[in-house]
Amino acid sequence: MVQPLHYLKESPSQTAGPYVHIGTNPNWVEITGVWTADLGLVLVGPDTKGERIVIEGRVTDGAGAPVRDALIEIWQADAAGLHPSPEETRGAADPAFAGWGRQPVSDTDGTYRFETIRPGAVPMRDGRLQAPHITVWIVARGINLGLHTRLYFADEAAANARDPLLLRIPEPERRETLIAPRHEREGRAVFTFDIRLQGERETVFLDI
Amino acid sequence: MSGSYFQRDRDWHPPALTPTYKTSVLRSPRHALLSMPTTPSEETGPVFGHDILGPLDNDLIRNFGGDGEAIGQRIVVYGRVLDETGRPVPGALLEFWQANAGGRYRHKKEGYRAALDPNFGGCGRAITDAEGAYAFRTVKPGAYPWPNGVNDWRPAHIHFSVFGHAFAQRLVTQMYFEGDPMIWQCPIVKTIPDRAAIERLVAALDRNATIPMDSLAYKFDIVLRGRRSTPFENRMEGN
Repeated sequence: MVQPLHYLKESPSQTAGPYVHIGTNPNWVEITGVWTADLGLVLVGPDTKGERIVIEGRVTDGAGAPVRDALIEIWQADAAGLHPSPEETRGAADPAFAGWGRQPVSDTDGTYRFETIRPGAVPMRDGRLQAPHITVWIVARGINLGLHTRLYFADEAAANARDPLLLRIPEPERRETLIAPRHEREGRAVFTFDIRLQGERETVFLDI
Repeated sequence: MSGSYFQRDRDWHPPALTPTYKTSVLRSPRHALLSMPTTPSEETGPVFGHDILGPLDNDLIRNFGGDGEAIGQRIVVYGRVLDETGRPVPGALLEFWQANAGGRYRHKKEGYRAALDPNFGGCGRAITDAEGAYAFRTVKPGAYPWPNGVNDWRPAHIHFSVFGHAFAQRLVTQMYFEGDPMIWQCPIVKTIPDRAAIERLVAALDRNATIPMDSLAYKFDIVLRGRRSTPFENRMEGN
């Protein structure tokens, strides 16, 4: 017999189910008075450094129908590329930036929206620079284990062309599913990041 | 400083496509996941201070509806959050939600005929202490019918959402109750292929932790992903 390694196994995932919002956004489903505000609705304040941007999109299933009960979280670096986390080892992040946001999708059309800032670039462990990106995580009824993906910015073409993760995607047309097109609205950059769970132009999901 | 996170064992977790859980059929990717070592973007994550918690956030019997108490079997749920190396995870935010004693959720899309309890909202949260421990008080949820098969019922369960120290550790799961025969009939439970993995989600009745003449107790430990301890920059062989 060899000696056992004694690692524990990770608790297995289960779907968040259709009523995830009771636990994550109780005020949004009219369970009021338990806590004052749902977590994650606001990422930026008046003192946050960086360019204000809007992230929006729509979640659809393999039939192209909107997913009306999903929950989306984002996690990103501040404008200097630092994360507001005790695990950040490269310096102190902007104290006026939350870095984390959470929104339920619309229960009528599956759309979502975050107001945030454009993140700075974050290096890999080996020092290679990643293109600016936002980590996106999605759970819903019918999703057994939360899906990780990344949003990249269409107006960062040179950085995207060198990004180590994007370069790992063999099919160039699949890279496009992670690159959010840009347009302007009321003087602000708006990036559209549609999440297609399955089928035509299926979003690239990550095993990180 | 620590290294990258252990690879997730995706034969232990449920796969995306599990057709007897019907909703998974159109909500599961058809392409393979793209693998990538964790980077600082995944090795960091939000932290939540105890200042976000109200005094009743971990007391579902009393945190909704005013002065009354929820109807049902009073229970304490407690446990620890550890990582795969066995170390406690302090400062982890846990959010939980559940149906009431009759199996009815307080949600606008819910149509089950079992009655709402005017004193039960069904949500709570807690942050683990320095030893990774958490506890909350609630009523045991009832079983709940759902439109999957023509006669499918969920076993009694409490949903958990867990934030560790890194976004790579983000986890949503469900806790079941020791001895419930419906665990082994449920298409959502059975999305998990390995019986030993399912058993990790079944909380044990703990008579030593019950509060006499007040509440039964169930112990539910949660394990999040672990990480390598020694990074050597470009040489990742250190464990």
